[in-house]
Amino acid sequence: MGKRSVVPFGPQHPVLPEPIHLDLVLEDEKVVEAIPSIGFIHRGLEKLIEKRDYNDYMYVIERICGICSYMHGMGYCEGLERIFDVEVPDRGKYLRTIWCEMSRLHSHMLWLGLLADAFGFEALFYQCWRMREKILDMFEASTGGRVIFSVNKIGGVLKDMDKNMLESFVKEFDAMEEELKRLSDVFLTDYTVTSRLKNVGILSKEDAILTGAVGPMMRASGIAIDTRKLGYAAYGDIDFDIITSNACDSFARCEVRIGELFQSFNIIRQAVKQIPDGDIAVTVKGNPSGEAFVRLEQPRGEAIYYIKANGTKNLDRARVRTPTFTNLTPLVKILQGCDYADVPILVLTIDPCISCTER
Amino acid sequence: MRENYELTVIDCSELAGCALNMRRENARLVQICAVSIPDGYELSYSFAKEYEFINYRIVINENDKVVSIGDIYPGAVFYENEMKELFGVNIESMYLDYNNKLYKIETETPFKK
Repeated sequence: MGKRSVVPFGPQHPVLPEPIHLDLVLEDEKVVEAIPSIGFIHRGLEKLIEKRDYNDYMYVIERICGICSYMHGMGYCEGLERIFDVEVPDRGKYLRTIWCEMSRLHSHMLWLGLLADAFGFEALFYQCWRMREKILDMFEASTGGRVIFSVNKIGGVLKDMDKNMLESFVKEFDAMEEELKRLSDVFLTDYTVTSRLKNVGILSKEDAILTGAVGPMMRASGIAIDTRKLGYAAYGDIDFDIITSNACDSFARCEVRIGELFQSFNIIRQAVKQIPDGDIAVTVKGNPSGEAFVRLEQPRGEAIYYIKANGTKNLDRARVRTPTFTNLTPLVKILQGCDYADVPILVLTIDPCISCTER
Repeated sequence: MRENYELTVIDCSELAGCALNMRRENARLVQICAVSIPDGYELSYSFAKEYEFINYRIVINENDKVVSIGDIYPGAVFYENEMKELFGVNIESMYLDYNNKLYKIETETPFKK
């Protein structure tokens, strides 16, 4: 047995976009065990529901995280729509789907950039984030906001996109897709990238199920489950395959996310082609009573929203189970036995969002 | 299209058995959620078998103890620490107990009513 030592990693570390701390038990250069600690940015946002009107709480739940903001708002709305038993008009559902996929595009591009930055490929990092800026420009054009755009409401959406805007977005996506093909070649074939990702951080299919992995982390372990297949919003009308990989390593997680970027372009194209005319929202009045679970596929994986209402303007509980919260256990699993030098990349491969995790 | 799901109320003593059955059926543990109710808690354990969403609920008194399912599903550990720290739920036999320091908050059990 080699010499054992405990090395603290984070919460401040050049590769970490958000604060998480790991106590790494090392045996020479190998990680034997990793114990994560969070709690640096816990804000108690779920507690605020007791003091805020359920309509006002929309603005709180959207601020759980800047990357997943749109989908948090949408999950909360879908939960209350279920309790109120209201159906969002079809056009509203399609608009939600388009913004969902745009959120996935900007989240995955952000992640690709961070990954490139983590292994020191600065030019690739800038290329990814330059592309992501175009998506943020589209958010701004369609909603007025670049990060938190508060476009959901209980019963539908607050803003519409006209035909010209949607068609101009599709043209923009066509150009971006060509650019992404060039970039993805670098991610999937360049030696600098593949040597850091292949055969590193193996998470077997069995471990992925046991540890509760979700999203690209789970699909890269060969499990073909994508919550969008439940058919919420307009996903029931959209034709898409689930992107998976059987390699189970860090490269597979990168490959799945790149595949999902191309898939998002296709979903948006289909949605723009099929979007019907009509209303974008229905009016919802009164106070909710009852409870509901709702599942959505966020960019980082399945998120679960639980709403419990008591017939007053304040809800009893609004809970969000975020993808990173459940991806922490798989992270611990993949860190066991890895080289110390691979820890930063492995932490990144779960696409951690600690703001979401701590809420 | 809205997802249909099952919600079964079970006794606290049946929890480990239900979790074990879920594991045997290759279901994933997808969440554990606590709700504070007068004098106790309502705990929902959610599993997913492919796209099937299965929920078990236990209703317990404030001082009742709940057995950890961390040995059956390692992923339960963070949910259980969260319930313990924020709500004050008594969880027994956790394999990794953060001793109310998961979120490092000053207020003791802020979600408890």
